[in-house]
Amino acid sequence: MKTTKKVIAVTCSAILCAAVPFSANAGSEKTVTQSGVTTTYANIAEAVFEDSLISADALKASIETLVKSPSVATLHAARTSWVAARAPYQQSEVYRFGNPLVDDWEGKVNAWPLDEGLIDYVDGSYGKQSDENTLYTVNVIANKTLTVSGKKVDATHITPKLLSETLHEAEEVEANVATGYHAIEFLLWGQDLNGTGAGAGNRPYTDFDVKNCTGGNCDRRAQYLMSATDLLISDLKDMLSMWRQGGEARAAVTSDPKSGVMSMLSGMGSLSYGELAGERMKLGLLLKDPEEEHDCFSDNTHNSHYFDQIGIRNVYTGHYRRLDGSIVDGPSLSDLVAAKDAKVDQELSVKLNETVSFMSILKARAESIEAYDQMIGEGNTEGNAVVQTAIDGLINQTRSIERAVKVLGIGEIEIEGSDSLDKPKAVFQ
Amino acid sequence: MFQKPGKIGVLCVVAWALSVSGLQAQQTSISRDDLSEKDAKRVNSVTGFATDFVTAEQFEVMSGGATTSTAKPNKDAFSHSSANLDFEGEQKFKLGNGLFRKLWVSSPSSTSASDGLGPLFNARSCQRCHLKDGRGHPPENANDSAVSMFLRLSVPPRSNAEIVAIKSGEKALIPEPTYGGQLQDFGIQGVPGEGKMEISYVELPTTLNGGEIVNLRKPTYSVSNLNYGALDPDVMLSPRVAPSMIGLGLLEAVHRADILAQVDPDDKDNNGISGRASWVGAINSSTKQLGRFGWKASTPSVGAQSAGAFAGDMGISNELAPRHWGDCTANQKVCLQMPTGVQAKLGTTEAPSPVLELVTFYSKNLAVPERRGAEKPSVLRGKKAFYGAGCASCHRPKYVTSQSASQPEHRFQLIWPYTDLLLHDMGEGLADSRPVGSASGSEWRTAPLWGIGLTKTVNGHTYFLHDGRARNLTEAILWHGGEAENAKQEFVGMEPPMRADLLRFLGSL
Repeated sequence: MKTTKKVIAVTCSAILCAAVPFSANAGSEKTVTQSGVTTTYANIAEAVFEDSLISADALKASIETLVKSPSVATLHAARTSWVAARAPYQQSEVYRFGNPLVDDWEGKVNAWPLDEGLIDYVDGSYGKQSDENTLYTVNVIANKTLTVSGKKVDATHITPKLLSETLHEAEEVEANVATGYHAIEFLLWGQDLNGTGAGAGNRPYTDFDVKNCTGGNCDRRAQYLMSATDLLISDLKDMLSMWRQGGEARAAVTSDPKSGVMSMLSGMGSLSYGELAGERMKLGLLLKDPEEEHDCFSDNTHNSHYFDQIGIRNVYTGHYRRLDGSIVDGPSLSDLVAAKDAKVDQELSVKLNETVSFMSILKARAESIEAYDQMIGEGNTEGNAVVQTAIDGLINQTRSIERAVKVLGIGEIEIEGSDSLDKPKAVFQ
Repeated sequence: MFQKPGKIGVLCVVAWALSVSGLQAQQTSISRDDLSEKDAKRVNSVTGFATDFVTAEQFEVMSGGATTSTAKPNKDAFSHSSANLDFEGEQKFKLGNGLFRKLWVSSPSSTSASDGLGPLFNARSCQRCHLKDGRGHPPENANDSAVSMFLRLSVPPRSNAEIVAIKSGEKALIPEPTYGGQLQDFGIQGVPGEGKMEISYVELPTTLNGGEIVNLRKPTYSVSNLNYGALDPDVMLSPRVAPSMIGLGLLEAVHRADILAQVDPDDKDNNGISGRASWVGAINSSTKQLGRFGWKASTPSVGAQSAGAFAGDMGISNELAPRHWGDCTANQKVCLQMPTGVQAKLGTTEAPSPVLELVTFYSKNLAVPERRGAEKPSVLRGKKAFYGAGCASCHRPKYVTSQSASQPEHRFQLIWPYTDLLLHDMGEGLADSRPVGSASGSEWRTAPLWGIGLTKTVNGHTYFLHDGRARNLTEAILWHGGEAENAKQEFVGMEPPMRADLLRFLGSL
């Protein structure tokens, strides 16, 4: 116990140290413009999505190896690639909020929670049917024909098209998640049957071994895994192209820099407060339910939360460290706020770093003491407190984001008092 | 009786320019207590009926005022939060969303804060009926799920005590003695579901001006696989599909004076349309409240509606509906013997605070999407046809919400729900012959129309009305009878291009 605590302390102070240079340059750039800031924002998006794509390509390579020669080692390598692929992707999540183009697309790659019985075999305790979801135990991998909305579907070949167009959100049930990181996660790990006890999913490598197949239909399981990974890659390519020069998402934030800056701040605030502190963390504490975990098969939730927060800070500091170690940076939101009010910039920078360190504590605890789903368990005072502290940090930083919005004077909804109709989206006040 | 275009604009507080009628005299006697004189003037000037159909009205695109969602009109179009929420409000919304999709489990379980399901239930989560926060649908065929639709059950009052209870408003209905107020087709382990809703349809052809023949399917409902004995011989069945969830907080924020001003039970203005307020008993209060929600306007608030759905549809007790065994009756002994999910350390109900509060907040803040194509000439022609046929008499276009609404984001918004929130006799064809509270067996609350054009996009179907019998908007209109008979005849009699424009207008809502 004691040694572990030491580890936490070290990790934590390392992060704090690393954080210093980011805020140290705040305010030094006197000519910072909204336009420059949104360009940095777009450049980081491009780099983050490119890194997501690069690491998804690496994931695909290791999955190919797994399928070709299944073993403990190749399955482990594939899982490691998946965890690695999550790091850049989670840093992109801050772009989902504030950018409708990203938000529209996100459900294809990161939807959760999912009813895994749609995809593959599940444990008996999962139940056989749910009024909730008639596709609850459809098990596409085991069944070449399915019934969706009362209609027969041919699933002889598990293609990306079948996954994305027929199965994903089938029958309007959002838990029918057939695509994206979490579907792949389930195929690599299997169900986590440990509740709030220790341990993640424990799928054997032989589930992919056509010669000594366990779980049945190993060929179709491999087909599903490959198709889902191909789809993830093509979806990431689509998003990356939207942030390249001339891309639609880039244009959306750079063509109107003022609204682009607002998108940046509202994205930071919405991910911090509502999404992460709220739906992904507080709800789990409220319900003490191990299912309320973002990366539930792999027990990788701590990284998912941690990199979300890093992503939030990236947007503010205009600074992103790429997978290859190179840095993407430029005029930052921090510079912009500092030019108006150095105190508010200082406050927000400090709070963002504080939350990073709270998240590091959570991450270190998950890597050394207990997994995230155990931390939110009933009666786990210490674990609950670690999660709560991170929640408080997120809420606290959002209060300062609100102050930054005020300082920049961009928060007010456009008020339309005139009789003109040239602003059709005006509202009566 | 039916009045031609230009003579029906009597519902609006300041429609002086349009027509004069007895109703207006009545309106002046009920006034809003939330507005300064200056604001009242502004409200009046902006809520009048449209008179110009060449250009779109100012603010018309933003159907929910500042709460309106301007997100892409895709399948998530009904799932966005009020656009004017702050970050904290957004969190409440998202927590509510998490609970809305939460799968409840039976007790006892390892997750004591999310158990308490049943013993009898229609669905394990809110979202399962309110698919994509939109509209439920009848089963497509015998293989399809019926989860987003169920049957309500009741019997006529028979004993003196029952008659008194109904008359006084103490009770809105007398539940079926064994099966309770609704048919739950599922039960937890060891408790059989109550039975299966059966639907059969008969096709009835109608011919429109221009020769188009439209088939209306008339449903008949029954129950098979009854697991608790025969139904009471006097039982009254009424089906319900889950309604769309958007804009509910705004409807709650409509000032009661604006609703009551439209009440005209004796049709004093002689336009063929009466309109009655639904007065319902309220939880924890002896005074009756104005019913606004549900197909028969039998609940006064989103909170009461949510509490009833938790207890009735999922069997989850809560502070406003502390029925731990949900809709189980004394005649269902096996049901009442089941453990409940109440945990003393968490509270006195299965969904302890703040579950109901958060789900209610969520339900009040699903944003109405902005209009699409409101300025197109064809849509504007359709709007004119809509007014001309008299649709706007009940589907009242706009209001400015109360300054004293409970949530600041809902205050003083110019909104465009297209409903008067009143009960209207819709004729024999649509009648379910099952009275609830002050609503008769042929009365229904005017359904809001905002967002209706996105039903296909969000839910993949276009089934409308309380039981989804209409397969498209044309059929839905053709089912209108009773007070709406004249408006329907106008629609039937329109030249086909005008009818098409009217549908385009509805599609733009």
